[in-house]
Amino acid sequence: MNRLPTLFLGFFLTFLSAWLGLILIPTFQIGALKPEVTEDGGYSPPSPAGSAIAGESVYAANGCVLCHTQQVRNKIDTADGQYGWGRQTVARDYIAQRRVFLGTMRTGPDLASTGASKSDPAWHHLHLYNPQHFATGSLMPSFRYLYKTQKILGQRAANALDVARLPEADRPPAGYEIVPTRDAQDLVAYLISLNRSYSLKEVKE
Amino acid sequence: MSAIGTETTLGQEYSTAVPHYRIEDAAERSELDASTRFPVLLYLGSGLFWLLVGTVFALIASFKLHNPQLFDGGTLSWLAWPRVRTAHLNAVIYGWASTAGIGVGIWLIARLCRTPLRYPAIVIVAGIFWNIGVAIGITAILAGQSTGVEWLEFPPYVAAILFFSYILISIWTVLMFYYREPGHIYVSQWYLLAAFIWFPWLYATTYLLIFAYPVQGVLQAITNWWYGHNVLGLWFTPIGLASAYYFIPKVIGRPVYSYYLSALGFWTLAFFYAWNGGHHLIGGPIPLWIQTVSIVASVMMIIPVSVVAINHHLTMTGNFHYLITSPTLRFTVFGAMSYTLVSLQGMSMAIPSLNYITHFTHYTIGHSHLGLYSFYTSIIFGAMYYIVPRLTECEWPSANLIKLHFWCVFYGSALMFVCLSIGGITQGTMWLTKSGELPAFQFIDTVQSTIPYLIGRSVAGTILAIGHVVFAYHFGLMILRMGQRTGQPTLFIEPAKA
Repeated sequence: MNRLPTLFLGFFLTFLSAWLGLILIPTFQIGALKPEVTEDGGYSPPSPAGSAIAGESVYAANGCVLCHTQQVRNKIDTADGQYGWGRQTVARDYIAQRRVFLGTMRTGPDLASTGASKSDPAWHHLHLYNPQHFATGSLMPSFRYLYKTQKILGQRAANALDVARLPEADRPPAGYEIVPTRDAQDLVAYLISLNRSYSLKEVKE
Repeated sequence: MSAIGTETTLGQEYSTAVPHYRIEDAAERSELDASTRFPVLLYLGSGLFWLLVGTVFALIASFKLHNPQLFDGGTLSWLAWPRVRTAHLNAVIYGWASTAGIGVGIWLIARLCRTPLRYPAIVIVAGIFWNIGVAIGITAILAGQSTGVEWLEFPPYVAAILFFSYILISIWTVLMFYYREPGHIYVSQWYLLAAFIWFPWLYATTYLLIFAYPVQGVLQAITNWWYGHNVLGLWFTPIGLASAYYFIPKVIGRPVYSYYLSALGFWTLAFFYAWNGGHHLIGGPIPLWIQTVSIVASVMMIIPVSVVAINHHLTMTGNFHYLITSPTLRFTVFGAMSYTLVSLQGMSMAIPSLNYITHFTHYTIGHSHLGLYSFYTSIIFGAMYYIVPRLTECEWPSANLIKLHFWCVFYGSALMFVCLSIGGITQGTMWLTKSGELPAFQFIDTVQSTIPYLIGRSVAGTILAIGHVVFAYHFGLMILRMGQRTGQPTLFIEPAKA
């Protein structure tokens, strides 16, 4: 092992083998999956639309993936079937997303299909604003920096938070309201778009 | 006489492949060390700075996790938990571990190639740009520009800066090998050369496949974890092992036990480690065969790990008493033992039945700290205790401060490992516990169950932080040349005069 060319060749081949095996071959196998066409001419999975697309970046920038997975494993060996996180997910479920967030931690629940059970934007906004008030014992940080408190000018804004549902300390002074920023609206649209209730051929349940 | 710091036998292995080996003389070594002074101190010093920054982020993130309303109540986006947690990871990975590792690597390469540091401008420019890149990257994360891809959160324009620096370092490494004194290439050199070539390749490939020309769907996750595991296995591990392979024989003044074990350990690591990435996605929505090959490769890691452990152990046999006196050896051996432990643990975590318990829990976080802290960081600390006096030409001022640092590292990392491991297993088993058909615990109960362990982790982190401050202060004294001028290394206990 005293000759540099031999060493370089060894470095190259060992690394190349894994690159071929773990990156290139899987690309041929599942690198160009197509959505299934449903009976009514739609697609499964559907492509995200509207502000859900921008919401993906808000989800990324604010590190949601650090505590929330978006993958439901098989329900026989794991505990993933018992908390209402939806069906097991498969590779085709992720093809419409620009960025996938499979995640590695469950400090909070899985979100692969969170839009199916929590589809009310108002709840999401209130929960992001004060997680502990809506999920007692939660360790989720507040994302109130995605909201702004502003003076009510004439009419109350249509998307203003229902402050009556917030604890006393969080309510703005009279004449003020709390409204989501663009980022918060995009994020909530993205969360609601996470919905795997469509069926796929390869999912048997 | 004390054998600490004797520098005679390195490279005289049980091999006949070293016919032209010649004993280095002290003057030559001191000339080599002098040539590395500025670049190596630049890397070690800036690495230490990022370690302190990363520690502050770590403490904020750790305390906020069990006390979500701490500090800002969510009004300050820059102090939001996910951003601080991400800043911690990137500060310690790219700021501390990589930078200090490159510094140790540069010094080792100059010593082992037995040539004064050539083209210092290349590594100095690379080091300055690397630090600028890390600073911009961390600011970007705090400002909400994280990519959200774990271990690759720096925005692509920051990655370009880091990649540019890295290419310079790779070129410099190849030049150093070109100018080396002919003769045997020591095992540490294989590891360093490999790491310094693999990493830019790995980094560039991953950024291209995830950001520039994104692959579809879950292939991104496969690429992500292929990177995430290789950055440990093919970047930090080789640097740590290169350092251990150098300093253990160096301090005890005995050659490495076996050349053949060294070679076997190196090539099996190179081959198997690169295939491990898929074990981060066990049970996930990726083809089963990818999970299977990664599980097999993970378990095959038993070969390089036990080979390295046996080789180090047999080198140390009969010389364990140097652990009482030598700071470098104590940190290095603690690191090397942690390497064996973390690797065996990693193998077990790849086995599906255990993975179903530990996956997605704090157990994994405990595992990564055992690897990056107890193993890698300890070894880098040990190397720094040896290298810095040779660059500043004075000895560490206080044996007691080194002692305090060591025990902070030891107890802090042990407490963190115990807390996160028990917390993680509790979390994982609670998820799996059923009463009849229904889960025995609500999800929120499993979240709550981790709180005592998270508080324990904060205590552990505080102990580690104390150690870091002590070390940084000590390092500062050395940079200001306020060390001792005894000409004798600072030891925990002065060896008996013989």
